[in-house]
Amino acid sequence: MAAKNITTPLSDEDVRDLRAGDAVAITGVVYQARDAAHKKLVALIAAGEPLPFELRGAVVYYMGPSPAKPGNVIGSAGPTTSGRMDAYAPLLMRHGLKGMIGKGLRTQDVKDAMHECTAVYFAATGGAGALLAKCIVGNEVIAWPELGAEAVARLEVKDFPVIVVNDCHGGDLYEEGRAKYAKTV
Amino acid sequence: MGQVRDLDVCAVTEAVKAMCITANYDLPADVYDALVKAKEAEESPVGKEVLDQLVENADIAAADRVPICQDTGFAVIFAQVGQDVHLVGGPFDDAVNEGVRRGYGDGYLRKSIAEEPAHARRNTTDNTPAILHTSIVPGDKVRLTMMAKGGGAENMSSLNMLKPSQGWDGMVEAVVDTVSRAGSNPCPPVIVGVGIGGTIDTVTVLAKKALLRDVGSAHPDPRIAGMEAELLEKINALGIGPQGLGGSTTALAVFIEEMPCHIASMPMAVNVQCHAQRHKTVEL
Repeated sequence: MAAKNITTPLSDEDVRDLRAGDAVAITGVVYQARDAAHKKLVALIAAGEPLPFELRGAVVYYMGPSPAKPGNVIGSAGPTTSGRMDAYAPLLMRHGLKGMIGKGLRTQDVKDAMHECTAVYFAATGGAGALLAKCIVGNEVIAWPELGAEAVARLEVKDFPVIVVNDCHGGDLYEEGRAKYAKTV
Repeated sequence: MGQVRDLDVCAVTEAVKAMCITANYDLPADVYDALVKAKEAEESPVGKEVLDQLVENADIAAADRVPICQDTGFAVIFAQVGQDVHLVGGPFDDAVNEGVRRGYGDGYLRKSIAEEPAHARRNTTDNTPAILHTSIVPGDKVRLTMMAKGGGAENMSSLNMLKPSQGWDGMVEAVVDTVSRAGSNPCPPVIVGVGIGGTIDTVTVLAKKALLRDVGSAHPDPRIAGMEAELLEKINALGIGPQGLGGSTTALAVFIEEMPCHIASMPMAVNVQCHAQRHKTVEL
């Protein structure tokens, strides 16, 4: 499958160009953040305080890596279930977040926010953390190191393989793919 | 009745440590072969590509000695302790937890256990405590099985207190519904462990034990083997496919175990397992 190449940060135009089912290779910076980090990010926004990274145009990767072995950039680094971040994602999109990488279903609220704010949801292959780690070439923890695997890190990725699940036009690969292959038994 | 055999719990610690590491680096051959086979049979091109990535990922993990998945899981330990074994050198449970501590530390595995889950959710930083199921069995050996159980698939599991009148049709509906609602969340293709009978506590353990069977193995009871085949066909007809992106491979296997239950009850637990079905067994 020929992949579309995109570079972060993403513009509205970049996002509009992506359709559910597109294979995409991401290059640039993505920010690692999962449950505990999202709770803190949203608290900072509510308090009107600055975030540890620029949210405008950013892509967040829902991921908590295993520890890096000596000499490696990062440990295994596949996506975690995105649904746990659904409570926080719309607010982050309203503050400029353009892309989310994870795996699994999103709520209608999140999909609506993607449409309103021109944002995109990508799936990376869950359980392929050893393979995906090979596409991460830089890794620096930038906030809340005490959270361990749940800290926020600035990750530099090169040709990171994902597939568009939810685009900003209402396309949904989870629904479309499933309908296409469902059978009556 | 054999002689009582002394076994130093240091051996338990060492064995648990080694299993935590190898279980997380080396995908069992039965699961690996099932992924390769599924890749051939998968109808969706995207699904084929996902399965290809999973096989390549298992190869990289084994060669580079890194975890198959960053979620190296809760350490679930099944211990069958022979009644002619005398454990010496310290408490057995402590020895198991020390093995988990060392395995997750030395193996560069992720520490994923939060204490005080209702409020502080503080990481215990060493992946303890293990979930330990101990049973006393005949003999003078200790058999230990370690399963690395990830959170994403565990979250999609279900407990169903059915009515006996719902029968097999009710059970089919509950299993298929659990997998259907889970969709892409538990990292399909999944392995589905089904426990039937017992009480709410024992039926969930039964479902988890069912996951330890080899993918491709048939249940010795042909009636249950038939039920497993029927469920697998219905689940794969859902169209969820590898990673939920659409396709004909939603599950690699369905395993059922049953035990007696109360005349008023029909408990059924469905333990969902991702494709990275990581487990190891040793005998001491």
